[in-house]
Amino acid sequence: MESIKDKVAIVGMGCSVFGELWDKSVDDLIIEATSEAFEDAGIGPKDIQAAYAGTVTGYTGAAISRALKLQYIPITRVENECGTGEDAIRNAAFALASKAYDLILVVGYEKLKDYGYGGLPIEITKMPVVHPVYETTNTAPGNYALAATRYFERYGLSREEGKRMLAKVSVKSHYNGARNPRAHLRRKVTIDQVINAPIIAWPLGLYDCCGVTDGAVAAVMCRTEDAKAFRDDYVTIKGLGNSAGPTQGAMMSNYDYTHWEETEHAARQAYEQAGIKNPRTELDMAEVHDCFSIAEVIAIESLGLCEKGRAKEDIDAGTFTQEGSLPINISGGLKSFGHPLGASGIRAVYEIYKQIQRKAEDPSRQLKNVRMGLAHSQGGQPGKFVCGVVIVGAP
Amino acid sequence: MTGIVSYGAYIPIYRLDLEDIEKVWGTQRGKGAKAIANCDEDSLTMGVEAATDCLQGFDRKMIDGLYFASTTPPYREKQTASIMAAVLNLRKDVFTSDFAGSLRSGTNAIRAALDAVKAGSVSNVLVVAAECRLPAPDSDFETQFGDGAAAFIIGASDVSLEVERIFSTTSEFIDVWRTDNDLYPRTWEDRFVLTHGYLEITHDAILTTINEHNLKPADISKAVFSAPNQRAHITMAKKLGFDYQRQVQDPMFSVVGHTGAAHGPMMLAASIEQAKDGDSILFSNYGDGCDCFILKVTDHVERIRHGKGIKKNLSSHMKLPNYGKYLHFRNMLKWEADRLPPPYSSLTTYWRDRKQILSLIGHKCINCGKVQIDFPVQRVCAWCQSKDNFEEVRLADERGTLFSFSMDERTRDLDLPSIMAVVDFDEGARFMTVMTDRDPEKIEVGMPLEMTLRKFHEGHGFHNYFWKCRPVRD
Repeated sequence: MESIKDKVAIVGMGCSVFGELWDKSVDDLIIEATSEAFEDAGIGPKDIQAAYAGTVTGYTGAAISRALKLQYIPITRVENECGTGEDAIRNAAFALASKAYDLILVVGYEKLKDYGYGGLPIEITKMPVVHPVYETTNTAPGNYALAATRYFERYGLSREEGKRMLAKVSVKSHYNGARNPRAHLRRKVTIDQVINAPIIAWPLGLYDCCGVTDGAVAAVMCRTEDAKAFRDDYVTIKGLGNSAGPTQGAMMSNYDYTHWEETEHAARQAYEQAGIKNPRTELDMAEVHDCFSIAEVIAIESLGLCEKGRAKEDIDAGTFTQEGSLPINISGGLKSFGHPLGASGIRAVYEIYKQIQRKAEDPSRQLKNVRMGLAHSQGGQPGKFVCGVVIVGAP
Repeated sequence: MTGIVSYGAYIPIYRLDLEDIEKVWGTQRGKGAKAIANCDEDSLTMGVEAATDCLQGFDRKMIDGLYFASTTPPYREKQTASIMAAVLNLRKDVFTSDFAGSLRSGTNAIRAALDAVKAGSVSNVLVVAAECRLPAPDSDFETQFGDGAAAFIIGASDVSLEVERIFSTTSEFIDVWRTDNDLYPRTWEDRFVLTHGYLEITHDAILTTINEHNLKPADISKAVFSAPNQRAHITMAKKLGFDYQRQVQDPMFSVVGHTGAAHGPMMLAASIEQAKDGDSILFSNYGDGCDCFILKVTDHVERIRHGKGIKKNLSSHMKLPNYGKYLHFRNMLKWEADRLPPPYSSLTTYWRDRKQILSLIGHKCINCGKVQIDFPVQRVCAWCQSKDNFEEVRLADERGTLFSFSMDERTRDLDLPSIMAVVDFDEGARFMTVMTDRDPEKIEVGMPLEMTLRKFHEGHGFHNYFWKCRPVRD
């Protein structure tokens, strides 16, 4: 087995505005994201030899060729629920590394706000796991709340202490996202606001939950040896991880709901390829899957960015804030930037790409000396995830 | 001698105070409360509860007949007893039948079971009577009706109550009825209906029964007879010369309500809880005629009191917070149009996983011994990955503890918050389901739980039953 490290580069990226985009179709979103990415890479649609689509909501890969009128090129649709984005990049990287193609477009897109009710569209959350009765009343916040309940229980946090820890995560994400021009939920919140917000699925309240967001993101990728032809400040893939769990956590009495097993496996793969021994010190930033505040807390621990059960200390110490030693979700994360499922993983890479290039929108968000960052997404529910990890860095 | 081998009962946990009905309609309703089926309950699920209570300590293989009685079966066309037989893991060659249409159907089923046992075509018949009647809002029936169930094993050996005499009459009298087009039961002027219906017919039938058995009212240890309401019940006792305090079984009108076809059977179950060896019980049930029984209590009765029965079901209850909740539970108004897609179901999938869905069968790995349950049914062991190497374990009767939970305020559940529960069975398996019959303020990791069959939704037009958990009702 060879490592993918530095074999593949990203030479252009684009991101649509994220939000409740009532006036935009999925085609509009794809055009917005890809136009920016093409311009960024200095190419046109005709230069693209193949495309990878990352989407959950049932549009086929042809949504890309339809919107851009790409002329009969190969397009692969990748779907791993909310772990889709990183996996689209991963598959594109392998296609490039095998030299099947020289220039690939990756687009993640999702149109979630056309259904007439809040929360995730039931149509898409239920269809992959069709069963008449089992888990029919499960919701995403309900599933993640199970982990919060266990986390409080395991580490002896009272309900108030637990809620406060989670609130600090959301306060940080909103503080970051409020300054990010393309983010969905651009407002600062206070700890009290978060704690006193209406309950969605106890113990998670409104501000523990990410937005339901429309958006699209695009990346133009090539092999590293060709990257210079497009730009000097390209970034390279350092490691790729993917882990599909056997979806047995929910049925095995030894699963504790306080770690993400799939994340640990995916991260291990990516760290090994990237040659990372101590992610906490070697990574300069991370965009982790924070569909809910508790998801970020546990992701931090399962990615090895802090010891198990110690996230609260680091949160209290400000380790993961912009000024801290390892900024997490400087974009605002899914919480504030928004979460268009299949697009989110690629959007996480977009943030790292821009930070490495020192082109973070709103200069107040620009981190110092980012050389390498990690993007993490996972789909499913605790005990039953598919996880994708992409580590990118300066060449 | 044929008779009653075992008994069981079920009363739903929710009580609706008559005061709360009074507050809504502004008309006097008297004192007390009535038992209200939860939004996920119906006559089948309540019947399953009573049957499970009744079967405790008995080998289910001995049951070779199942009769279900109710005026409110979940399907107008489709047998309930056959679903119940599957839920209870009864033998495949059990004779199942529904008794419906009459408030007397509960005792019709008991009599039919006694006759079948006597005829020798079956040895033990499980008879289940359950009722969930929908009274018109702001009607007398609304004050009177309650929900509940009772169950009996009818057999010929180890009987706790020998049936010494059976007497039945039939009557074409129309007092309570519901046509195909009626949502609620109808009735006629109560003075006429009582005088020429219940009071006349029950009186004559009971009198004939005890006379033919050479008994006087004073010889009866306990008179268990149904009645449409409290006043009629007292009148009947007087007419027959029973001492109301000493001899007459409490009809539970002010704590449960009139439970239709299950009412007489539930009163009988309550009387068995108090019965002593040698007691003579008169049991009578009215509806389109009258069924009467004289029962002799044997010393066996002491050995069948391990279930929850009426007593424990009565003592564990929760107040329904308001009348609005009741309207939702029974779906009694035209609500805001649903923007969500209708609940999904598939009869094909439901059929494929029928054992796991209806009787909560888990799988024990023969290689590593771990019990597991997942959907669709898994063929590879989650613990040791051996393939197709399982034996079946019924988890429906097992207790568990709460490993984790969440309280979701945004599901389409009628009783929010929807409690998602991760249940660890004492058997070692883990099961994710919904918690019902619970007080959201009193949910804690580690609390003991038991399983209960409930209606999950009506996707694709049929009742999608499955197992929930609930705090242990002791």
